[in-house]
Amino acid sequence: MEDDAPVIYGLEFQARALTSQTAESDAIRFLVGTQSLKFDNQIHIIDFDDENNIISKSVLQHQAGEIWHISASPADKAVLTTCYNKTSESRVVTCGAVWRMPPEWESGSHESPDDPHNSHNPQNLELLCHLDNSSHGNASCVLWEPMGDGKHVISLADNHALLWDLTESSTQATISSSATLEGKGQLKFTAGKWSPHHNCTQLATANDTAIRGWDLRTMSQIYCIENAHGQLVRDLDFNPNKQYYLASCGDDCKVKFWDVRNINEPVKTLEEHSHWVWSVRFNHSHDQLVLTGSSDSRVILSNMVSISSEPFGHLVDDDDLSDGEDNHQDEKTQEPLQDSIISTYEEHEDSVYAVEWSSADPWLFASLSYDGRLVINRVPRALKYHILL
Amino acid sequence: MDGDINATAPGTTPPDTDPARKRRVHGMLKLYYGLNEEGKTVDQAESMDPCDINGPHFDPEVYLNKLRRECSLGELMDQETCMVKQIRSLDSDMQTLVYENYNKFISATDTIRKMKNDFKKMEDEMDCLSTNMASITDFSARISGTLQDQHAQITKLSGVHTLLRKLQFLFELPARLNKCLELQAYAQAVSSHRRARCVLQQYSHMPSFRGIQDDCHAIMDKLAQELRQKFRDGGSSAKDLSECVELLLQLDEPAEELCDKFLSHAQSRLEADLLGLEAELRPPLSYGPTAVTDPYTGPAHRLSVEPTAGSPTGPSSLNNPFLSPSSRTDILEFIDRGCNEFVSSLCLVIASYQELFVNRPQEGELASKNIPQMAIGKLHAFVDALATRYFSLVERRIQEEKSVGDNSLLVRALDRFHRRLQAVAKLLPGSAVPSQGTEIVVRAARERIKQYLAALQSFYLNSLTDVRQALAAPRLGGSSAGVGSHLGGPATGKEAPASLPELLSTLSASILNQIKSVLASVHLFTAKDITFSNKPYFKGDFCSHGVRESLVVNFIKFVCQSSRQFCESAGDRGGSTPPALLLLLSRLCLDYETSTITYILTLTDEQFLVQHHSPVTAVTALCGEAREAAQKLLNHYVKVQGLIISQMLRKSVETRDWVNTIEPRNVRAVMKRVVEDTTSIDVQVGLLYEEGVRKAHSSDSSKRTFSVYSSSRQQTRYAPSYTPSAPMDTNLLSNIHKLFSERVEIFSPVEFNKVSVLTGIIKISLKTFLECVRLRTFGRYGLQQIQVDCHYLQMYLWRFVSDENLVHFLLDEIVGSTAHRCLDPAPMEQSVIEVICERG
Repeated sequence: MEDDAPVIYGLEFQARALTSQTAESDAIRFLVGTQSLKFDNQIHIIDFDDENNIISKSVLQHQAGEIWHISASPADKAVLTTCYNKTSESRVVTCGAVWRMPPEWESGSHESPDDPHNSHNPQNLELLCHLDNSSHGNASCVLWEPMGDGKHVISLADNHALLWDLTESSTQATISSSATLEGKGQLKFTAGKWSPHHNCTQLATANDTAIRGWDLRTMSQIYCIENAHGQLVRDLDFNPNKQYYLASCGDDCKVKFWDVRNINEPVKTLEEHSHWVWSVRFNHSHDQLVLTGSSDSRVILSNMVSISSEPFGHLVDDDDLSDGEDNHQDEKTQEPLQDSIISTYEEHEDSVYAVEWSSADPWLFASLSYDGRLVINRVPRALKYHILL
Repeated sequence: MDGDINATAPGTTPPDTDPARKRRVHGMLKLYYGLNEEGKTVDQAESMDPCDINGPHFDPEVYLNKLRRECSLGELMDQETCMVKQIRSLDSDMQTLVYENYNKFISATDTIRKMKNDFKKMEDEMDCLSTNMASITDFSARISGTLQDQHAQITKLSGVHTLLRKLQFLFELPARLNKCLELQAYAQAVSSHRRARCVLQQYSHMPSFRGIQDDCHAIMDKLAQELRQKFRDGGSSAKDLSECVELLLQLDEPAEELCDKFLSHAQSRLEADLLGLEAELRPPLSYGPTAVTDPYTGPAHRLSVEPTAGSPTGPSSLNNPFLSPSSRTDILEFIDRGCNEFVSSLCLVIASYQELFVNRPQEGELASKNIPQMAIGKLHAFVDALATRYFSLVERRIQEEKSVGDNSLLVRALDRFHRRLQAVAKLLPGSAVPSQGTEIVVRAARERIKQYLAALQSFYLNSLTDVRQALAAPRLGGSSAGVGSHLGGPATGKEAPASLPELLSTLSASILNQIKSVLASVHLFTAKDITFSNKPYFKGDFCSHGVRESLVVNFIKFVCQSSRQFCESAGDRGGSTPPALLLLLSRLCLDYETSTITYILTLTDEQFLVQHHSPVTAVTALCGEAREAAQKLLNHYVKVQGLIISQMLRKSVETRDWVNTIEPRNVRAVMKRVVEDTTSIDVQVGLLYEEGVRKAHSSDSSKRTFSVYSSSRQQTRYAPSYTPSAPMDTNLLSNIHKLFSERVEIFSPVEFNKVSVLTGIIKISLKTFLECVRLRTFGRYGLQQIQVDCHYLQMYLWRFVSDENLVHFLLDEIVGSTAHRCLDPAPMEQSVIEVICERG
């Protein structure tokens, strides 16, 4: 099927940071941040035309440094945050900042999507404010308040979690509260996720092999899954529809699903990757679809029906609607849905450090490997219809 | 005459003495007198011939005329002479005959005369006799006439006499009965009474008889009472009892009641037996708590109690109080006691009961009551109830039999148990007791198999613990010796650390021995001399399902499963299992797959002649499982070892400030450590696994020294990475490179050989190195240090892996990535790198 063929886009630089433009619900748009120590770093805005299968891109200059993490505001399409390395006086510092895309970018650089070097005048990002955390160490990631109004972000810096209030159209950032991870040795947050549930009052962080939950109102720890993974935990994601469910992945090549009410055992464990798993993402609408990216250069799309919020939800609806179609029902109930690997995508040739679902089209996702290759894939059509019908 | 003459003529003159001739003479005479009837035919044949000289119609005239006509003179002359001669002989014959007859006549006359005299005398005597007889008759008639009256009287008197005797018996009956009662001659009393009973019954309307009858009744009631008393007392022997019962039955006691009483009496005795048995079941109080202790802790306990003793055969009862059976009877004794006391009494009861109630010749009134059926019914209920209790006791005892040391005792006990129940079966056909007994035996056998399985499993786990200890403390000489002795092998005391192959061989040998001994123990169940071994269960199901599936197959599965558990539990919680153990187990499982499983199952099938009625686990399935376990263990081993090295590398990369590092002068210690560890892993794996195949070495790398490793080639290899070129170039080159190299599977399954294992470990380590490097930013000297480190690794690691290009590729990637992450990428001269590495 031509339609299902992956679309590949190559960046000139190595890249780790990928996000979908969260506030954009019409266009399929991803943001990629590059990593280069020698050249000016860029943010590539990748637009995907689903109907024509065409990619168009725009490039914005990010001169502050190489981008380790990027995330888009859920409220304002034009606002995003990055974590970037700043090298000064043989010191490497990672900072966080809030940026605004220049309003003209859309019309600006579309003309020359394939020739960035010749792009006469790449536009710069407009700095809104620094998430100044010089006293708190290196920022590993910045998280927007999910579904919020774009006024709150959390940055994780070394062993601190800082909650920022953005005021004056995001040009002012003040720390409203913070939490610090205490313990032996040099503790460092490696990843975090702001829970969309419970009125966005919960945060989950990962450090070393442990996963911790935080209550943002009191900035205190609410749970801690020690040894969640055999080795480093690389990424976390909340199930968007089940408030206690959390996915994690790490260097033990495993993806684990947790019910944070019972942290002794994972609900489910996947062991499909053959190297460290760097990224895990639930589909925003159909949470049985789980995407993982690993340094074995693979992206795996799994169908975790047994722990999804809608394992049999559709069946109930069907029953109500079509009483006459008994055969149809039987067919559906007779084959209990199994957790399964839907597909393994092998388009990458280097470690895949980021995967992301499109915020506009729930059946579309992008993955980014270190060599700068961005691949846009779709959920197989058969499965899509299976889920929808 | 002519024929005769013709006949005799050719011969000589006949001698007179010839008897034939004599007879012929008589014959001729007879003929002549017409006496002979035989001659008639002859006469008739020749009767008509007048010329026949011997015929009756002989006509001399015709004869003469014929002669004259036919014969010549000479012939006539001859004829005449012959005739004369014959006539003469005939005359002389006649004279002799006449003389003889005369003599006989004379003697006959004399005899007749004598007879005449004798008859006269006899006649006189006969006359005398007849007169005497007449007088006798006369006398007799007179006597009988006289005696007629007296005879009638005597007959009547004798009748009266008999009657009186009977009456006397009746009158004396009460007294007699009393006397019998006193003498306890109950049998006599009963038989007396029985004789009189009918009469008394018949004449009971007469007051005197009524009195007697009443007396008798009273006495008999008393007697019955006494009998019942005796019956109840129970002190008496079975024979007495049966006598009692017989008498009571004769006294019209209701049979049903008697049955009940008899049975209840028997029951009390049998119950005493059962209580005795039960008392044995209850362990003495002082041993109560220890009896609960699992005897399978034996081996470990043994080890600690007598670490140097080399006998693993049996628990030493001296040191282990809970294994000492002296305080309690063993099961054989118990069953013996049960058999001798309970079962034999039961048989006795059944036998005597049947004698009394069932097999009695049924007479008259008793027959109508259908006693046997009722009695049999009661007996069955009785036997069933008691047997159930007995069985429950036996089962309890069997359940207590948990020590798996000596199976023969149990088997013998069960055999005896089963054998003795056959007696019941014979006595009481149709009873459920024997089949229930068989059930118990079957259950016990099943239970036994379960126990053996548990014992095998715990043995296996203990062995593993020992191996683990031996691995954990290889430098402590004592422990390895202890392990050796425990595992049943010779104490490996010559060298302090027990080497892996030794541990493996002792482990697998001891497990195999244990399986064999268990099989031997279980085999006792099917021995020929065991009565229950020919039951269908023991022929079929026990062998195939019990021994093969439940015991052997389950054990093998357990081994695989427990091995797999090592992989799972250890993975998350930080590798609690020593890697060497994983390696050893993996080899063990692999050995199982290749040979041991087949061997064990063949052994089992041969020993037990398993006939597969139901589908059984196939050897291939088990082998597959073992192989899977081996694979998993080896993969896990690779993962764990790779992880250990990875951790070192990761720490070394993460904890250093690579931007501000100094110019490299040495290979970092951690790299040396990595090489050392890899070498020791190589040695370790090499102890258990074969070398494996390498891809052909390139000519230069086959030489040991890395210096020969063409520096020029090295240059060209690294060159593109180092040169700070346009980003496009780098991308293109690395992509082209990747396009033509195979995708490297990092945590991929390994093959069962050393090279593959080492390749896996090195892959994991280097990939970690790569990923860590990518997360850091390097200064100029940082890059150079990585260059030195990678070169060092390259010098030493290539020899361990199957494809050296893999190492080259990964190290290239590392250096390339470092160059990318370098703020000031100024690579070090290759020659300098080599010098540093040479220096060590």
